[in-house]
Amino acid sequence: MTKYIIKRFLIMIGTVLIIATLTFFLMHAIPGSPFNEERSSNEVVQANLEAHYHLNEPLFIQYLIYLKSIATLDFGPSIKHPTQTVNDLLGRGFPISFELGIVTILVAVFSGIILGVLAALKHNGIIDYLAMTIAVLGISIPNFVLATLLIQKLAVDWDIFPAATWSSPVHMVLPTLALATGPMAIIARLTRSSMLEVLTQDYIKTARAKGLMPYKIIIKHALKNALMPVVTILGTLLAGILTGTFVIEKIFAIPGMGRYFIESINQRDYPVIMGTTVFYSFFLVFMLFLVDIAYGLLDPRIKMHKKEGE
Amino acid sequence: MSMNHLAEKQKKHSPAGNDIPDEWFKPKEKNESDSEKVVRPSLSYWQDAWRRLLKNKLAIGGLVFLILLTFMAIFGPMFSPYSVSESVRANQNQPPSLSHWFGTDNLGRDVFTRTWYGARISLFVGLMAALIDFFIGVIYGGIAGYKGGRTDNVMMRIIEILYGLPYLLVVILLLVVMGPSLMTIIIALTVTGWVGMARIVRGQVMQIKNYEFVLASKSFGTKTSRIIRKNLLPNTMGPIIVQMTLTVPTAIFAEAFLSFLGLGIQSPYASWGVMANDALGTILSGHWWRLFFPAFFISATMFAFNVLGDGLQDALDPKLRR
Repeated sequence: MTKYIIKRFLIMIGTVLIIATLTFFLMHAIPGSPFNEERSSNEVVQANLEAHYHLNEPLFIQYLIYLKSIATLDFGPSIKHPTQTVNDLLGRGFPISFELGIVTILVAVFSGIILGVLAALKHNGIIDYLAMTIAVLGISIPNFVLATLLIQKLAVDWDIFPAATWSSPVHMVLPTLALATGPMAIIARLTRSSMLEVLTQDYIKTARAKGLMPYKIIIKHALKNALMPVVTILGTLLAGILTGTFVIEKIFAIPGMGRYFIESINQRDYPVIMGTTVFYSFFLVFMLFLVDIAYGLLDPRIKMHKKEGE
Repeated sequence: MSMNHLAEKQKKHSPAGNDIPDEWFKPKEKNESDSEKVVRPSLSYWQDAWRRLLKNKLAIGGLVFLILLTFMAIFGPMFSPYSVSESVRANQNQPPSLSHWFGTDNLGRDVFTRTWYGARISLFVGLMAALIDFFIGVIYGGIAGYKGGRTDNVMMRIIEILYGLPYLLVVILLLVVMGPSLMTIIIALTVTGWVGMARIVRGQVMQIKNYEFVLASKSFGTKTSRIIRKNLLPNTMGPIIVQMTLTVPTAIFAEAFLSFLGLGIQSPYASWGVMANDALGTILSGHWWRLFFPAFFISATMFAFNVLGDGLQDALDPKLRR
């Protein structure tokens, strides 16, 4: 197990390094220095600024300095809002985005698993077809389309939920719904197919023969094993949800990180774009690492496999 | 011999005036080689898969929709008297009517015409992404799977690292630097997109290269490149095609998503994502058609590709043959 964790950890470090390097060289591929536009500064000021940001150093030294600042999670100032650092924006926006993401993944996982299990238990029945139709629709309809549909119907036409902002639990309903439907559909399909496979296994037959209560068989024997594939894709789903928050926050006017991010894209505020991307990538890679560890802990075969092979 | 006897007996018992001629009851001549003969033409793998796909109504529906959509993407703008960027001041925000079937947008441009131009962009982006993923993925995955050992180990570590990169974030980063255009969107989508395909091809190749027919081929002294082309690739085509079918909707979604962030195709060209993004601000003022048509076609196209991919998955998997 330790070997497995170390291997995963090294892969995580590799990914993080690639992201950081990619970001750095992409930033330098953009022509011009960040201070070219400011005509008011004279040459001495220009030189001082460049010295302050180490722009007069060779590229490799700059790269090392950059790696150091990234490692300490310092993403520098925003160009368009000189009084704010990228960290300020992250500190203000990220908690809200994080909240939206967590609520969404909880809703998606629970409703997806319930839908998938129901569909598998009533295989080829009405519930199965209904659940799978919802699932395919959920995968096909992009979240921003769903979001506008929800606003139009539930907020404007019927006036059940508020259409925008993020101030109370009632305000969270529509954004969460719009963001959670896609991942929910993927989880439901996955749970259904792996549940169908597990239900044909011999140990389920044994459990039935022992005369266990049906719900006990489903929860303790079947579901526990059927959920393994769901755990594996959690990391990928999380990435989708996190990037999905950009769009959802824009539509629902939620003051999360996504809003600053889109603003920074439209204003070409490079430090904010780079900082946010790097921060989000680190966050996601770390989550992926946690998911892998959880998978290793849950699936005893991984440990055995490591001992046999290699 | 006993059969002959039986026929004789039956002839005796048959009542007079029967319409059935007696020679019908003569036993068929027995022939050893005939019993081994295959009467019907044997189906190839692809014919069999096609036959099973035809039984899946939903998948065929998706295929028909996609064919129609492709047709309209090519010829649709010709049916319309308006051009993609022509704006008429008097015609702003017209609801759907006989002269403008899908209505007009806030600049007086015909939504019908723009929808088919959007279909061109979306389908082009989707298909190009799938094709490029296919080429890189097959070569990379094929080499890793076939060589095995240390080569495979190193190549898989690289894949694992790339797999951890958040797809859309990398795409956004690349687009910000390269500037949004059709080519850069496709490049950005494929930079990390091929990893999934490479993994699938590698897994398949690793499995198939141990089969007896590959061993037979090797023992004849067949060249490696020929083994890969003739033995391995045709047998991995099923999962590859499924993966390609599922790559297209992902790319179409990504394009729409990027347009929505303001990183998509630039005006005056239209893509469904750009049209939906432009329409978003006006949805509350009741101009529903401006959002409805692009949103409908994004969803319907993704739906069609998804059900077609599911259908192909069932049809191309020999293990599911009943």
